Amino acid sequence: MSNLLDLLVAGLATGAIYAIVAVGFTLLWQTSQTINFAQGEFVMLPAFLMLAAMHAGAPFWLAIPIGILLSLLLLGLGFKMLLVDPVLRHGVLPLAIATMALAIGIKEAVKQFFSAEASPFPSVVPAGEIAIFGRMVSLQSIGVLALAILAVVGLTAFLNRTSIGHQMQAAAQNPTVARIIGVPVERMILLTFLINAFLVALASLLITPIYLAKFSSGEVLGQAAFIAAIVGGFNQVRGAIAGGLLIGVVDNLSAAYVSTQYRAAVPLILLIVIILFRPQGILGRAEERTV
Amino acid sequence: MIGSGKHLRIGLGIVLIAGLIVVPVNFNRYGLFILSQWAVMTIAAMGLNLTLGYAGQVSLAQGAFVGIGAYAAAIMTTQGAPLMAALGVAVVLCFAVGWLLGYPALRVQHHYLAFVTLAFSTLAFLVFRNEDWLTKGIYGISNIPRPTIFGFATNRPLPFYYVCLGSLGIVSVMLWWLIRSPWGRAFIALRENPVRALSLGIDTRRYTLMAFAIGSALGGVAGTLYAPLTQYIDPVPFNLSLSLDLLMMVIVGGAGFFFGPFLGAMIAVLLPEWLRFTEGYYLMLYAAAVILLLIYSPTGILGILDRFLAERRAKAASALRAVAKSGLEAAP
Repeated sequence: MSNLLDLLVAGLATGAIYAIVAVGFTLLWQTSQTINFAQGEFVMLPAFLMLAAMHAGAPFWLAIPIGILLSLLLLGLGFKMLLVDPVLRHGVLPLAIATMALAIGIKEAVKQFFSAEASPFPSVVPAGEIAIFGRMVSLQSIGVLALAILAVVGLTAFLNRTSIGHQMQAAAQNPTVARIIGVPVERMILLTFLINAFLVALASLLITPIYLAKFSSGEVLGQAAFIAAIVGGFNQVRGAIAGGLLIGVVDNLSAAYVSTQYRAAVPLILLIVIILFRPQGILGRAEERTV
Repeated sequence: MIGSGKHLRIGLGIVLIAGLIVVPVNFNRYGLFILSQWAVMTIAAMGLNLTLGYAGQVSLAQGAFVGIGAYAAAIMTTQGAPLMAALGVAVVLCFAVGWLLGYPALRVQHHYLAFVTLAFSTLAFLVFRNEDWLTKGIYGISNIPRPTIFGFATNRPLPFYYVCLGSLGIVSVMLWWLIRSPWGRAFIALRENPVRALSLGIDTRRYTLMAFAIGSALGGVAGTLYAPLTQYIDPVPFNLSLSLDLLMMVIVGGAGFFFGPFLGAMIAVLLPEWLRFTEGYYLMLYAAAVILLLIYSPTGILGILDRFLAERRAKAASALRAVAKSGLEAAP
């Protein structure tokens, strides 16, 4: 029983990180029909940007904003201007394939210019354990969970409470009408890309201390985020959050109770079942099929 | 004029085929291995081209079908069964699994389908890695024999290259016929406008499943050749990146063009060898090239060629018209 609690907390912590990544993923899909197959690599890269800043002599506290700034530039602005805008006019599928190529490119670039080995990464949350309800729980899990929840709550508040957030939603739901009532749709789409870049940088900061910085770690992360987004509901921010938490917990529980060899299979089977029986996701709305 | 173009194309085809047969005779072991690999990957990419390029269904699982075929061949031939039997098993198995995997395609489209097939691909990899009793897990299966065909042993690289090339030839002819048959036209109708296809009485359900199943079966054929080619298989080559590579081969060459996979596989298999001097930068260059290609021409290299030829034909036609017009005006 006590073991179960540990697993749940650890699962929620990784799940919260998946949720952040999945939210960024769904935001891109909603505003610009971008299925970003490089989302996992997007999470892998900022940690290396921060490490590079530290190698250049910056202390850790300074490396964090540098890393975030660089990822806003590269993964937000650069990604939109250089890849999404020119390819999207050809359709959704070429864009998806272009992001697959981008994933390969990022992975190889990190391997070539940084290292093929896993590098340790400092944690923003101090190590140690804390007593909750008389049980010792890892401080790192709690800290990651708290920060992730903070980010998600902050983002939801931004989207639902502020004028810019409303404009973003309008731009996502109906660009034509949004344009008519004076929403600067192009700027809103750019903003989504910047938010995604910020979210992946945050996720990178939180998850890399747990799994180490490695050029190939994006594959697993990206897949977890896709599954979270689809299981929760591709067109809903809260769906992606629920999906992320669910996948994190399922992943950890299946590692303990199913088999370590097939732990990766359980979320995949969940994904196939959801797609077959409820393709709009647990919390999603059914998308009308355009013919 | 059209007639001479056709003759030119047939001539070019014969020269190319003769080249593929004659030129490698003096190749070393490694060169033959690379060329055989090209033939095998072309078969797999042709299968995917049928699913993606002709029927318009995205699949990220072709690598898994190559894996299924390779394991079927490895397991059966190391137990003493002939490769032909393994080929039959692989084709039937991949056809059946592909058919089942096509069911989600009936319910969901595009990105969802990509994710279902992606999930399947990862699941297949986990089975290859974890089911030790069947696949020997991460240790892999070694000493896979090469077949003896009509009494000829194909152990040496050159004869086995001809086996791969011959298989590629047979598959090409069959696919060429398939695409020109009513079935092939139904596949294209499915891609262009599924609703209209349905209204014209095409059973879109059956053809979608069929496109998936035939494409997957070709992946299995490629796999049964892959195992005796490398003579050792483990799960690693059949992970998701093979599926992505195959998808990119189809896109780079030109999805929906018959010769697209030939070109795409050539670029993916041979180019790394020629670009060896760039060392670790090769895959970065490749990724950048694919992105640039998609920006410029999402229909791949053959798409560029096609556009160029269409433009030239239009120009030639308008020049003819101009001549005819001036001729008409000059006549009283």
